[in-house]
Amino acid sequence: MEKGFRKKKSGRQIPEGEVITLEHVTKSYSSGAPALNDVSLHVKKGEFVFIVGDSGSGKSTLIKLLLRELVPTNGEITVLGYNLNKIKHNKIPKFRRNLGIVFQDFRLLKDRNVYENVAFAQRIVQTPTREIKRNVPSILATVNLAGKYKSKINQLSGGEQQRVALARALINKPTILLADEPTGNLDPNNSWEIMKLMEKINENGTTVIVVTHNREIVNAMKKRVVTMKKGVIIEDEEEGTYIDED
Amino acid sequence: MRINSFFYTIGQGFKNLGRNKWYTLASIATIGACLFLFGLFFSIINNIQHFVHTAEEGVSVTVFFDEGTSEDQMLAVKSEIEKRPEVKEIHYESADAAWEGYKEEYLGGYTDGFTENPLADSANLQIYLKDVSMQAALVTYIESIDTVRDVKRSEVTADTLSGLNKLMAYVSMGIIIILLCVSIFLISNTVTMGIAVRKDEINIMKYIGATDFFVRAPFVVEGILIGIIGSAIPLVIIYYIYKNAISYVNTKFAMLSTILPFLPVEQIYNDLVPISMAIGIGIGFLGSFTTVRKHLHV
Repeated sequence: MEKGFRKKKSGRQIPEGEVITLEHVTKSYSSGAPALNDVSLHVKKGEFVFIVGDSGSGKSTLIKLLLRELVPTNGEITVLGYNLNKIKHNKIPKFRRNLGIVFQDFRLLKDRNVYENVAFAQRIVQTPTREIKRNVPSILATVNLAGKYKSKINQLSGGEQQRVALARALINKPTILLADEPTGNLDPNNSWEIMKLMEKINENGTTVIVVTHNREIVNAMKKRVVTMKKGVIIEDEEEGTYIDED
Repeated sequence: MRINSFFYTIGQGFKNLGRNKWYTLASIATIGACLFLFGLFFSIINNIQHFVHTAEEGVSVTVFFDEGTSEDQMLAVKSEIEKRPEVKEIHYESADAAWEGYKEEYLGGYTDGFTENPLADSANLQIYLKDVSMQAALVTYIESIDTVRDVKRSEVTADTLSGLNKLMAYVSMGIIIILLCVSIFLISNTVTMGIAVRKDEINIMKYIGATDFFVRAPFVVEGILIGIIGSAIPLVIIYYIYKNAISYVNTKFAMLSTILPFLPVEQIYNDLVPISMAIGIGIGFLGSFTTVRKHLHV
C-alpha cells in the first residue's frame, strides 16, 4: 500500500489521518434542485471545521449524510473508514457510537435530571453501571455542571442545557463531534462559553464540525471555514471568515 | 446483552408504564375487561360442559344377543368392546340378574306363576361412553358382531348433547377470537401512542448508537407487563365473584345444585390461570412486537 494512505472498508484507499471523505456527493430529494450538488470534502483527524451558509445551502443535509440518516444519490461518503453508501443497517449503531452530536434545540429528556440525561448515552452503548457512575461526574465537571447533576432540565438556562447536551455527546468519547447550530438558541455569552468548550475538546484530539450562522464566532475563532451556497461548496479556507452572500 | 443492560431494559419497560400512565391504565383496563369477559365465559362454558358431561355419563348403549348365545361368547364380546376407545365403562348383566332386577323393581313378591325366567333372552351389555358423539361409530361396530341381536341407544339424547357441546365450542371460540383481536388492537394503539410520545427520546437513542433491539425491547417489555397486569386483575375479581356466586346458589337454591353441579373454583382456576396469563402475555407481546416493527424504524 502506498505510504500515507490506508485502506478503507470498501477496498479503496483514503489518505492517512482523514476521518471524513466526501467524493462528488449529490443528494436529491423527490422534487426540485439537489440539496447537495457534487460536493467533495476532506476532513483530517483533529481538525476544527465551521460549515456556514444560508438556509437551504445544504448544511443540514450534509450533517444528515454524515450521520447516515440519509444516503447520497450519487458519490461516496466515508467516515472513519465506514463507507456510508454500503454500510449494513445493523452496523449503523456501531458507526454512530464514534460520533457525538449536539443540536440547536438541545434535545434533552425533560422528564430526567442532568445526571440521567448524560448517563442515558452510556446506557445506550451498554456501559457497565460502575463505569457510568465514574464517568458522568467527570464529564459534568468538564462542562462546569458538576454541582447541578440533580437539576431537572427545565430548571436550567439555555446555556446550561446546551452544556448538558455537550456532556452527553462527549461521554462516549467520540472521534468526531458534530454540532448543528449549537449556539442558535443562546445569547452571546453562552454562545462563547459553548464554543470555548468545543475548542478545548478539539485541542484534546476530537475532530469538531460545527454548522453555524454565527458570524462573530466564526470570524473570531480563525478556524477552517467551509462556505456552502445552494448545495455547493463555494469556499473552503484555513483560518477563514464568514463570507457575506451579498 | 450485558446483565445490567438487561435489567435496564426491564426497568425502562416498567418506567414506560409510568411515563405513559393514562394510556397504560386504558390498556390495562381494556385488556382486563376482555380477559374478565373471557374468564367469565370460560367459567360458564366449563360449567355447561360439566353439566353436559354429567348428563352424558347417564347415556348408555345396551346390547342384546341372539338366542342360544352362551355366556362365554357374550363375555368374549364384552372383552372385545371393552378395547374400543369410545368405551368408558361396560357392564355385563346375565338373564338371571336381569330377571332378579325386574322382579325387585316391578313385581315385588308376586312371582308365583313364573317357573322359568321370562327374560331368558335378555342377557345384555350396558355400555357407557367417554363422549356421546362417538355413539354412532360404536353402534355400527357392535351391530356388525355376529351374535348381536339388537342394540338399544338413546339417539336423540346423544345428538342433542353432542350438538350442544359443539355449539358451546364454536361460540366460545368465536368470542375468544373477537376478544383477542380487540386486545391486540388496544395494545398496539397504546404502544403506537407510546412511540409517538417518546419520538424525541427514540431519535436521540438512534443518534447515540442504540441498536434496534435496545430501542425496541423496552416497548415489548411494556406490552408484556400490560398483558400480565391486565390478566392478573380479572383473575382476582373472577375468583371472588365465582366463589361467592356458587356459594349463593348452593345456599339459596339447594335443589338446583343437585341437578346442575357447579365446578369448584379451584378446578376452574387450574386451567383459567395459565390460559389467561398466556393470553395476556401473548397479546402483550404480539401487540407491542408487531407495532414496534411497524412504527419504529430504527
